[in-house]
Amino acid sequence: MNHQYDVVIVGAGLAGLRAAIELGEDTRTAIISKVFATRSHSGAAQGGIGAALGNEEEDHWKWHMFDTVKGSDYLADQDAVEILTKDAPRTIYELEHMGVPFNRTEEGRIAQRAFGGHTSNFGKAAIKRACFAADRTGRVILDTLWEKCLQRGIDFFNEYQIMNLTVRDGRCCGVTAYELASGTLHHFHSKAVLLATGGAGKIFRTSSNAFASTGDGMAIAFRAGAALEDMEFVQFHPTGIYKLGILISEAVRGEGGILRNSEGERFMERYAPTIKDLAPRDMVSRCILREIRDGKGIDGKDYVFLDLTHLGEEVISSKLAEISGFARTYAGVDVTKEPIPVQPTCHYMMGGIATDTDGRVMVDNQDHTISGLYAAGECACVSVHGANRLGCNSLLDVLVYGRRAGRSIRRYIHTIGLPPLSGDDPTAETAAQIAALMESTGRERSGAIRSEMQKIMMDDVSVFRRGETLVKVMEKLRLLKERCGQISIQDKGRCFNRDLLDALEVGYMLDLAEAITLGALNRDESRGAHFREDCPDRDDEHWLVHSLFCYAGPKAAPQFLTKSVKITDFEPKERKY
Amino acid sequence: MKSTFIIYRFDPAVDSEGHYQEYSLETAPTDKILDCLNRIRWEQDPTLAYRFSCAHGICGSDAMMINGRIELACQKLIRDFKTANNFVIEPLPLFNVVKDLVVDMNPFFEKHRHVRPYLISDLDEPERERLQEAENQRFFEPALRCILCASCTAACPISRANPDYLGPAALLRSFRYIFDSRDTATGSRLAQIDTDDGVWGCKTMWWCTDVCPKGIPVTKCLGQIKRLVREKQKTES
Ligand SMILES: Cc1cc2nc3c(=O)[nH]c(=O)nc-3n(C[C@H](O)[C@H](O)[C@H](O)COP(=O)(O)OP(=O)(O)OC[C@H]3O[C@@H](n4cnc5c(N)ncnc54)[C@H](O)[C@@H]3O)c2cc1C
Ligand code: SF4
Ligand code: FES
Repeated sequence: MNHQYDVVIVGAGLAGLRAAIELGEDTRTAIISKVFATRSHSGAAQGGIGAALGNEEEDHWKWHMFDTVKGSDYLADQDAVEILTKDAPRTIYELEHMGVPFNRTEEGRIAQRAFGGHTSNFGKAAIKRACFAADRTGRVILDTLWEKCLQRGIDFFNEYQIMNLTVRDGRCCGVTAYELASGTLHHFHSKAVLLATGGAGKIFRTSSNAFASTGDGMAIAFRAGAALEDMEFVQFHPTGIYKLGILISEAVRGEGGILRNSEGERFMERYAPTIKDLAPRDMVSRCILREIRDGKGIDGKDYVFLDLTHLGEEVISSKLAEISGFARTYAGVDVTKEPIPVQPTCHYMMGGIATDTDGRVMVDNQDHTISGLYAAGECACVSVHGANRLGCNSLLDVLVYGRRAGRSIRRYIHTIGLPPLSGDDPTAETAAQIAALMESTGRERSGAIRSEMQKIMMDDVSVFRRGETLVKVMEKLRLLKERCGQISIQDKGRCFNRDLLDALEVGYMLDLAEAITLGALNRDESRGAHFREDCPDRDDEHWLVHSLFCYAGPKAAPQFLTKSVKITDFEPKERKY
Repeated sequence: MKSTFIIYRFDPAVDSEGHYQEYSLETAPTDKILDCLNRIRWEQDPTLAYRFSCAHGICGSDAMMINGRIELACQKLIRDFKTANNFVIEPLPLFNVVKDLVVDMNPFFEKHRHVRPYLISDLDEPERERLQEAENQRFFEPALRCILCASCTAACPISRANPDYLGPAALLRSFRYIFDSRDTATGSRLAQIDTDDGVWGCKTMWWCTDVCPKGIPVTKCLGQIKRLVREKQKTES
């Protein structure tokens, strides 16, 4: 089936929805999402969204900018961070005007709380900068923006999964999507396409991400010629529920929660004397694992305690209600009486599809683009997070850059007509891929390959990495990719065929895993979330650059390039908290 | 421990009606029911269809009947059930089955859309945020916990008897905007649901409150709407 729109947005998380609103009522817009819009993983965001409103104490966007740059271990592009932090207060007011129910101060202003790595006066003390709605901040923003889109009458194609971009002569003019309920292929012909497909946390075994976070958009764009940027920087959030990876937001520590080892010691005091438990995530995750290696995990096991028993029922019930529910349901813990067992969990991709500050997708380090193709949100890399993202900066990123992508698409589509599509069926390539999979008689199952990939990535490419191991991982991933070619599909039906989608998704994740590992291997330094035990120091002389990855065919490892970092206000310094 | 799962199956391509299929699985007390379904699908039967995404009770995808009660499969662990080795899994009632445990939620979202689920304000927007009392916020806060899983509406006996009844979830969304001090459409919102298919459809059966996986006092919230409608009628007459 064929559809025509001015703009197709892939992804109904916050980035996609915010862009759709920006496109305005006179733009014919379709939003395609593989899960029903409100099931998007933005809804899982708990803690808050950062902005220097100064409602609780003095604050300035420049302080926020500094924290973001320092948090990124100086790898973020500072022009992009300036846009992000300057635009943050406007973004929050705009959300409030749309109806987002933020928690309030006694004066009725938007309440704010402390979050990791956010400080006053260029690092002097922790600051209250996170705007929040209890611990369901993402949920209520997602609902509000989705409902705004309903009000606008925007067309949603829910439970449609895109499989390919239509690129003709270096110009993107549509997507092919698979309708889950019927197994039908649809072609969406458009002047522009925005990818807002979110993260890829399911590459790792322990993860706070949803099953849908399989990096489809990144992999599909990569295969179509887009460059990926900074893929080796994967955030491991320090506090996932032991064994499950379910997130316990940093808001818990923002409200006063404390990490303790088996001796009951508040160990973060030793590592980050100024802001202690509110140090950035990369550091806290490493500290937890160091404590565990030193034998100070609880009962000698691989977890520590997150203690909020001293916060009192009032704070817990009004600000941390969801989290206490998770702890009760999944860990059997009453947070008012007992600490929560936690360990680092894969949380966020700092890397993604390389874009400029208007969301245009780059193909190399020479500012060449694929015209008509845009990306925003977690699937994109602007880069505002560099080597390590600060908490509360992703929701901000997806909204600020979702809006900017929408704005620049709006400008772009007014300059052109609908690109012509030659006579051939634009879904043919996808149909052939599906047919090949459905008819394959190979002996492999996607589930087994996925589990192996997740285990390898978790064991060897997570918080601590080593050169010699990474070489072996590259080899193992290559073998897994070969096995991927032998997957056969047991479900021969056309309705909700997850077996087929699982097979495609494991292929996407393997492509991305390969880029992550290659980046980790080439970058023989330690910066932000990328820590090489065999090269533990930051090396600004050689590596104050972004990594870029270009697709080199299904059988080859990606081509690796570098790109300079934009430094405007803050020269790289040693990163201490 | 060995557990048996008796699961409702329906494939529109081949079945004229649903049937049950039995699977048996090694389980641990801390396994979520969703984990069990995943393992059945990965290890035994890739054709089994159900919705899921977040796996921790926040996206609202996987409401279904577990041993005759509506639950989120990701929010119930094996240890939560006394009959820990015998499970009957069925799709949500009320809605048409698309395949196996997947139901057609379109009617549910149509009703949601009907209550104008967005802030309506005819006041000028200030440069900064509008002020709002924390107290007001706390009043409608329970409704913000809703994840649109449709458990309440599926459980509601009135919804089953009257297909035109808006149902608890849509009315709860109404409640959220009616009581938000920033919304100025209270009058027309109340008028819109001051009908038998609206808030008066609710006969205080409590089933919605009973099944809500987020612990929202749904019936109580609808009661607040009724009270406001009555108060308004009083002041008008
Ligand atoms: C548990 C958790 C808590 C978090 N808390 C915070 C926080 O407090 N503050 C903060 O700033 N950040 C937080 N984050 C990070 C932040 O929530 C995410 O980075 C952000 O929401 C991503 O938004 P997005 O719009 O890019 O993608 P998502 O919300 O993930 O949406 C992706 C969309 O793409 C669609 N999609 C994907 N692939 C396809 C395909 N092939 N075809 C069609 N559609 C597709 C999906 O259906 C979905 O609609 C948190 C993250 C997690 C996991
Ligand atoms: S009120 Fe509760 S049961 Fe009803 S849709 Fe919302 S979360 Fe689900
Ligand atoms: S999978 Fe999201 S609520 Fe259960």
